[in-house]
Amino acid sequence: MNRQSYDLVVVGGGPAGLAAAQEAYDQGVEEVLIIERDFELGGILQQCIHNGFGLHHFKEELTGPEYAQRFIESVGSRGIDVKLNTMVLEVSPDKKIYAINSEEGMLEIEAGAIILAMGCRERTRGAIAIPGSRPAGVITAGAAQRYINMEGYLPGKKVVILGSGDIGLIMARRMHLEGAEVEAVLELMPFSGGLTRNIVQCLDDFDIPLRLSQTVTEIHGQERLEAITVSQVDENLKPIAGTEYKIECDTLLLSVGLIPENEISDEAGIRLNPRTGGPIVNEGRETNIEGVFACGNVLHVHDLVDYVTEESKIAGKTASEYLNNKIEKREDEIELIAGDNLSYIVPQKITTKVKGRKRVDLYMRGKRPMKNAKVIILDGDKEIFTKKERFIKPAEMISLALPEKVIDKVTSKKVEVKIVGEVE
Amino acid sequence: MNKEADLLIIGGGVVGTAIARELAKYKLDITLIEKKSDVGSGVSKANTGLIHAGFNAEASKIKGRLNVEGNKMYDQLKEELKFPFERRGALVVAQDEDDIPRLESILENGKKNGVPDLEIIKGEKLFELEADLNPDSVAALYAPTAAIVCPYELTVALAENAAVNGVEVLLNTAAKSIEVKKDHKVVYTNRGQIKAKVVINAAGLYADEVAKMVGIDDIDITPRKGEYHVYDKKLGSQINHTIFPVPTGVSKGIVVTPTVDGNLLVGPNAQEIDDKTDISTTSQGLENILQGAKKTLPKLSRRGVINQFTGLRPAYKETGDFIIEASDKVDGFINVAGIQSPGLSSAPAIAKMVREILAEILGGLEANKDFNPYRQEVVRFRELSVQEQAKLIKEDPRYGEVICRCEMVTKGEIIDSINRPVGANSVRAVRRRTRAGMGRCQGGFCGPRVVDILVKELGIDHTEVTEDGGDSRILLERAKESLLKEVSE
Ligand SMILES: Cc1cc2nc3c(=O)[nH]c(=O)nc-3n(C[C@H](O)[C@H](O)[C@H](O)COP(=O)(O)OP(=O)(O)OC[C@H]3O[C@@H](n4cnc5c(N)ncnc54)[C@H](O)[C@@H]3O)c2cc1C
Ligand SMILES: Cc1cc2nc3c(=O)[nH]c(=O)nc-3n(C[C@H](O)[C@H](O)[C@H](O)COP(=O)(O)OP(=O)(O)OC[C@H]3O[C@@H](n4cnc5c(N)ncnc54)[C@H](O)[C@@H]3O)c2cc1C
Repeated sequence: MNRQSYDLVVVGGGPAGLAAAQEAYDQGVEEVLIIERDFELGGILQQCIHNGFGLHHFKEELTGPEYAQRFIESVGSRGIDVKLNTMVLEVSPDKKIYAINSEEGMLEIEAGAIILAMGCRERTRGAIAIPGSRPAGVITAGAAQRYINMEGYLPGKKVVILGSGDIGLIMARRMHLEGAEVEAVLELMPFSGGLTRNIVQCLDDFDIPLRLSQTVTEIHGQERLEAITVSQVDENLKPIAGTEYKIECDTLLLSVGLIPENEISDEAGIRLNPRTGGPIVNEGRETNIEGVFACGNVLHVHDLVDYVTEESKIAGKTASEYLNNKIEKREDEIELIAGDNLSYIVPQKITTKVKGRKRVDLYMRGKRPMKNAKVIILDGDKEIFTKKERFIKPAEMISLALPEKVIDKVTSKKVEVKIVGEVE
Repeated sequence: MNKEADLLIIGGGVVGTAIARELAKYKLDITLIEKKSDVGSGVSKANTGLIHAGFNAEASKIKGRLNVEGNKMYDQLKEELKFPFERRGALVVAQDEDDIPRLESILENGKKNGVPDLEIIKGEKLFELEADLNPDSVAALYAPTAAIVCPYELTVALAENAAVNGVEVLLNTAAKSIEVKKDHKVVYTNRGQIKAKVVINAAGLYADEVAKMVGIDDIDITPRKGEYHVYDKKLGSQINHTIFPVPTGVSKGIVVTPTVDGNLLVGPNAQEIDDKTDISTTSQGLENILQGAKKTLPKLSRRGVINQFTGLRPAYKETGDFIIEASDKVDGFINVAGIQSPGLSSAPAIAKMVREILAEILGGLEANKDFNPYRQEVVRFRELSVQEQAKLIKEDPRYGEVICRCEMVTKGEIIDSINRPVGANSVRAVRRRTRAGMGRCQGGFCGPRVVDILVKELGIDHTEVTEDGGDSRILLERAKESLLKEVSE
């Protein structure tokens, strides 16, 4: 066993890990290591060759690899250590990391603090149990994206996409541009799960139909996919008998949800939130294990990488404060509860005091499309903070900076966050 | 192709490969043909993976005898061939006092078959064995010799060992017709012809069609469908034994069992169908097995399900029994047909019975002194100690590259699975041998990486890699290829 030690180890070298490592280093943490299982840094961004990244953070429109490259370079110029082609297998509650690679073999790395930034994986056919035969040609949208953008091969020529989240929409356009026919994008819900700009730029511009409240109810074909049966669904999302129709196609791309990759966290004893699929964290993005933090898609699935960066900087900063013993516990923890019209909120609690801190950043997601809405924060039944939102869309994360002054005045142990407005 | 052999086995399922391996112990020139791109990709890959104790099969049938005999042979087979196998024991659980006499009669039948150590357990003791059982459970028949096995790895192991001992295994080779000559038969395949003295029909669901090729038309094989849900490994440790409900007339009911890989498997239902290629799952079927499984383990829900599959039982309805016999119509033709459950459990005993039949036909068999019963150990990286892992990576750095994160499978293991005898040549063949892609992400991460390894090891193009042989190609062309063609036209 090869033993090493670092002040801070970051697991995962995607945008989350990169920003967290960089921020911790800039805050004075000297020995920082990033461990990445792939052959390069950048995470999922390396396969997102479309543009639309960085509008918030860099105020310009970049492609995924360009956005990643900026961070890879700044990490490179800072004397932050990186291990590529290295898979983290286990994180122990006493902050040891077990990893493996070809050159060093089995590694045991002792860390003063750990930031988890493993991203997420895609939900598969098996997880949503689509009935039918099991031919080739049914793959996740992300896998198709990798085949096309990284390896240069087309996984299909006549395509249907299930799921209208951003990945589904982006892949509809990509498949079209690479020479495939995209028959339709199907969506189970009565509204799209993607950003409006993506519906316009990826579907409307290419006349690709978006069919809402429909799902795939059977897969046909022996060796390669030959067709799918599609059905309309009712308000309980159950297929309506008699509405079935067939689409001939050789490929079905699944974009049916992302799952934060938390097997390592779970085994370490980190408590997870069933709503987000990610760790339960405090405002510094610290998990229930002291000195272990989480950020990016492993914490909750983000739609914009800019917020991943912002969140990861919070985690990086708190890790440095933790290593320098600068964190003081509040006497009373405040629990943040997702109330009406909110599917989740991160962080789930406020537990610390940090000198000079001016605000706490809250991220949340609405449950249903709404307009002329307000996010309201309640201390008991008293409104202590409100923020107007013209539109609420489940696809778009809402961020809210809660001033430290407001937090100081909270008297209850549970604070509810809810949305009121017109349901669309 | 124009070949000659003493013996030709048609079908590379668990039965055909078990026969091949058994007969490799003798001085015979043996060829096995399998129409698919891999052995064990018919009925033998999609079943419950149980080595039954043998209390179910009726004592009056061949099945009843061979099940118990086969079960006993598994300890040695496992030693020699090193496939995953565990004697976990089985419980048949009654939830109604009125069902207890049923348990007693099953116990009696088991005793007649020679099943050892059967007992009936009642009350609290039941919940000591299985804490999460439905609280209504009142009694269970306990069979400690029941076991679980990885059925495709078993089949691969049998084929590999047969091949190492001289059996020629030809994949992608289908028998199309057979010409019966005076002292031999000529089997015509899609890849040429094979002349053999004796032909063994072990074609599973298609055993009736192969029999028809020599004019035997009184064997009818009916496919009976069974569907399954596979659960995440997190749920596999919820139970310790294979758990059956009290059987009804037609089937053993919905089984809930741990698998050798630590997953939880529930199924199968039973539905007679017409189409032997229909391995589709249905929403009704999947719902029914879930409900059935919940009766046994109320904790189960859809949560944690990672995959579904269907298997087809090759049923011979006339007798409901196995057919294992030299044809009385055609000399030198042995039928091994209607091998439905407990075919896996019986496979080694079936092979032994076929050997006896063959010895009679050929007037004795001469032992092959060079026979090596041992299969070269397969590295299972995840099961090694940290020290062993470190040592292995030093010797061969390819074992330091984890390709499948969920199941912890290394590049070294995948390359080995491709290069072994009867090696993997598709993504699912790699999956069946190494488990890469069988975990909770179902190949989302490792899929493209396994494709790359297949390309390099087999020296083929990306567009030639298949999911599971035949026309199941994964990548159809270079990106923009058809657009560029349009432009140049
Ligand atoms: C298809 C797609 C399209 C998108 N489009 C846009 C867009 O247009 N605009 C936008 O702003 N955002 C977009 N996003 C969102 C944004 O890219 C993601 O939110 C962001 O990449 C998440 O960053 P992350 O670092 O948390 O995760 P990832 O980028 O997934 O990085 C996680 C890293 O951790 C590594 N890792 C995981 N487990 C281990 C382990 N055990 N050991 C070592 N390393 C490990 C992984 O290899 C990976 O490199 C898109 C996302 C996807 C998937
Ligand atoms: C749902 C289900 C659950 C079961 N559970 C259990 C269990 O728990 N325990 C147990 O003991 N048994 C069980 N069984 C039974 C067991 O799986 C079978 O008895 C066994 O796998 C049959 O093996 P086989 O080799 O006869 O058939 P197969 O595995 O189907 O092999 C036959 C092979 O012949 C090939 N072939 C067909 N035609 C030709 C041709 N013309 N030329 C060349 N090749 C050809 C096919 O491609 C196939 O690979 C179950 C079966 C099912 C369906």
